[in-house]
Amino acid sequence: MDALDLARWQFGITTVYHFIFVPLTIGLSPLVAIMQTAWYRTGNERWLRLTKFFGKLLLINFAIGVATGIVQEFQFGMNWSEYSRFVGDVFGAPLAMEALAAFFVESTFLGLWIFGWDKLPRKIHLACIWAVAIATNLSAFFILAANSWMQHPVGAIFNMETGRAEMVDIGAVLTNPTVLAAFPHTIAAAFLTAGTFVAGIAAWWMVRLVRSGDEATACDVYRPAVVLGLVTMLVSGAGVAVTGDWQAKLMFEQQPAKMAAAEGLCESTEGGAAFSILTVGDLNNDCAGVRHLIEIPGLTSFLATGTFDAPIRGVEELQGEYTEWITTWEAENGVEPTIDESTQFYPNLFVTYWSFRLMIGLGAGSAALALAALWLLRRKGSVTGKVWFGRLGIAAIATPFLASAFGWIFTEMGRQPWVVAPNPDPSGVDGVWLLTARGVSEVVSPGMVWFSMIGFTALYGVLAVAWFRLMKRYAVEGVADTEKDPSPDNPDNRPTDGTDRPLSFAY
Amino acid sequence: MELSTVWFLLIAVLWTGYLVLEGFDFGVGMLLAILPRGDKARREKERRLMINTIGPVWDGNEVWLLTAGGATFAAFPEWYATLFSGFYLPLFLILVALIVRVVAFEWRGKINDDRWRAWADRALVFGSFLPSLLWGVAFANLVRGVELDADHQYVGGFFALLSPFALLGGLVTLSIFLTHGAAFLAMKTDGDMRERAASFAARSSVVTLVLAGGWAVWAQLAYSRNVWTWGAVLVAAAALVLLVAATRTRREGLAFGASAVAIVAAVVLIFGAMFPAVMPAFDPANSLTVDNASSTDYTLTVMTWVAVILTPIVLLYQGWTYWVFRKRLTVEHIPDHIGLTFERVVARD
Repeated sequence: MDALDLARWQFGITTVYHFIFVPLTIGLSPLVAIMQTAWYRTGNERWLRLTKFFGKLLLINFAIGVATGIVQEFQFGMNWSEYSRFVGDVFGAPLAMEALAAFFVESTFLGLWIFGWDKLPRKIHLACIWAVAIATNLSAFFILAANSWMQHPVGAIFNMETGRAEMVDIGAVLTNPTVLAAFPHTIAAAFLTAGTFVAGIAAWWMVRLVRSGDEATACDVYRPAVVLGLVTMLVSGAGVAVTGDWQAKLMFEQQPAKMAAAEGLCESTEGGAAFSILTVGDLNNDCAGVRHLIEIPGLTSFLATGTFDAPIRGVEELQGEYTEWITTWEAENGVEPTIDESTQFYPNLFVTYWSFRLMIGLGAGSAALALAALWLLRRKGSVTGKVWFGRLGIAAIATPFLASAFGWIFTEMGRQPWVVAPNPDPSGVDGVWLLTARGVSEVVSPGMVWFSMIGFTALYGVLAVAWFRLMKRYAVEGVADTEKDPSPDNPDNRPTDGTDRPLSFAY
Repeated sequence: MELSTVWFLLIAVLWTGYLVLEGFDFGVGMLLAILPRGDKARREKERRLMINTIGPVWDGNEVWLLTAGGATFAAFPEWYATLFSGFYLPLFLILVALIVRVVAFEWRGKINDDRWRAWADRALVFGSFLPSLLWGVAFANLVRGVELDADHQYVGGFFALLSPFALLGGLVTLSIFLTHGAAFLAMKTDGDMRERAASFAARSSVVTLVLAGGWAVWAQLAYSRNVWTWGAVLVAAAALVLLVAATRTRREGLAFGASAVAIVAAVVLIFGAMFPAVMPAFDPANSLTVDNASSTDYTLTVMTWVAVILTPIVLLYQGWTYWVFRKRLTVEHIPDHIGLTFERVVARD
């Protein structure tokens, strides 16, 4: 493997790994904030117990999310320095904004929330977790704006003299139609992840308590958590579907090769394009011998354009179009050619085809489970002791994580061969594109990348095992039997003998 | 003033925030291996006391680094690209150290088991020691200059980064952070720990004065591109002398202030010695400067607005955090372990 393949593997591994933890943090911090708000408003101790319980799980997860995120801030410069030179003028701005506007708020107010239970008035303490919840979502917006710009560059020009992309309109970068669709899609998926997580764990506990004869706790503490999780799943599941459809229509316009590859479409269609559910044959970037076994007529055309009979261009036609377009532009402008006849303008068919289907299947499956579970618990105050219900809850937790991972694998690998995909719209962003092969660092040897990749992967592997064991252990411990209100507003907490009490929380 | 110069200053400010705030976090982390005394239970209490002096704030302090990285990317993409691809191996080691340090902070108390805590403590000490050393090595190389080719690519290799001047720079940051951390602990704790931290600071400040003073004069005489940075050298020297005096007379606030000023002066010296280069090359024609490494005026203008609006707000709420947790801690404040064990002791059903 050369440095390019290694750098791609490294970015893939570290980013997918980071995104195991990210959606849970993005979705769970608002859910914990909602639980704490419920406690603040009702004074009901059940919500305090749930806040503390899910708060612990949130913090275990948050730590590893931060730890894996640090690498991302530096990896662009380390492995992709030529890319960084080319796009830094545009790409750096949302990254710096993310740190200034979101990371500072997240980290500072999370510290206040963890250690401030007995130091801050209830209202201020509640505001801290809301600040964290809003900031985690805000940081997602900035980083998605940066990623969306790579998928669909806007608000920039190509400077012939320096050979760099230069920003001319920050408003366009932050209101890129691509990010306006990608942001709600990612956030909805994060809420689906966190909703499934809360519902799954609480369902398992509800069943367990009903079977051991403690229906009171099952009904009083865990049922509200199950319902909160399930309602979150349903709403966000619908959100994922709607925003996903919106994204598909944008993708059809902005990155036609990604769409064609996702459908395994080699030849352009005359009329409507079918959506295939099962394909056999060698998808390994060779169109010969691909057979679609099960198809839904016209669905791909509908996903892409909203009509069932619109023709869709296949990868073979797109290959010709891209070659001609870019060669012509470079010749006209006297730019050094970046492509040759061996450049392939469509991504790996196998990966894009299957990751697209796995994302949709796993996401939809998760939301369908929520609907069934809500039906089962439709009567007020009803609980269930059915063993399968608890087991299904635990099993369901993994699905949105996997769907998120496959969704990102599809989005990112579907962008190849580009690290900055050309914007097909003749809107004045000509020349702002970059092949992945030209974005990799020139001065970093393959040995160095091997070394760092093995290092990160091994370290991440050990930490992932520890994370899983901790999460499992704390989930299995369940909600505490009682929690007392630690806030200074509570008259019981005022020292009577002038001595200091121990901290309510310490590492 | 040119916008690119403004951003050079802003990035120096971000690094200042990082090194002053994370400096004592690193110091406290390293001192975990040095200060605790007594029997096993007592040592454990003292370690937790030390960790909890920085518990609520270390994460917010670390963000200064991420912001410095992001701001460098936005304002000086060429600098970001050359620096991070060129200093590949040291950066990788720093990242590994920061990763294990973050999870050790957050996970240490989650499992009530001596071996688990021992691993977390190793990670905290290692994760504090390595960056303390390597940041100094990296910055000393920037002051000294590195081998860049005509395309501004770093072509010096790894071992070229280990000159005596650079290694001494690593020892300087190591000893400054140790002293800074001890001064912080003396200010934030009470009882035995306060006394022990203060006496450690009294001894380590002398070592810091010798190392840092020597390095600063060496940097100024051999490598500085500007005469005015003598001012920074003098301020650093005065702050270090004050630090020695204040730690001897146990004036804790003054000692901490002096070590903070010494770090600020060091950053001024480092950045001032480079200016107008952001990454000096052995052949001055190949240097990256504020002019040839910066983004366009439009991008710098946008980023200036963002920074001017947000940075004061950040300082305000981070300052408030320190105010909320201003009380001194003692071992009596540390509650019993509430971590679980990996095996459930009492089955509920």
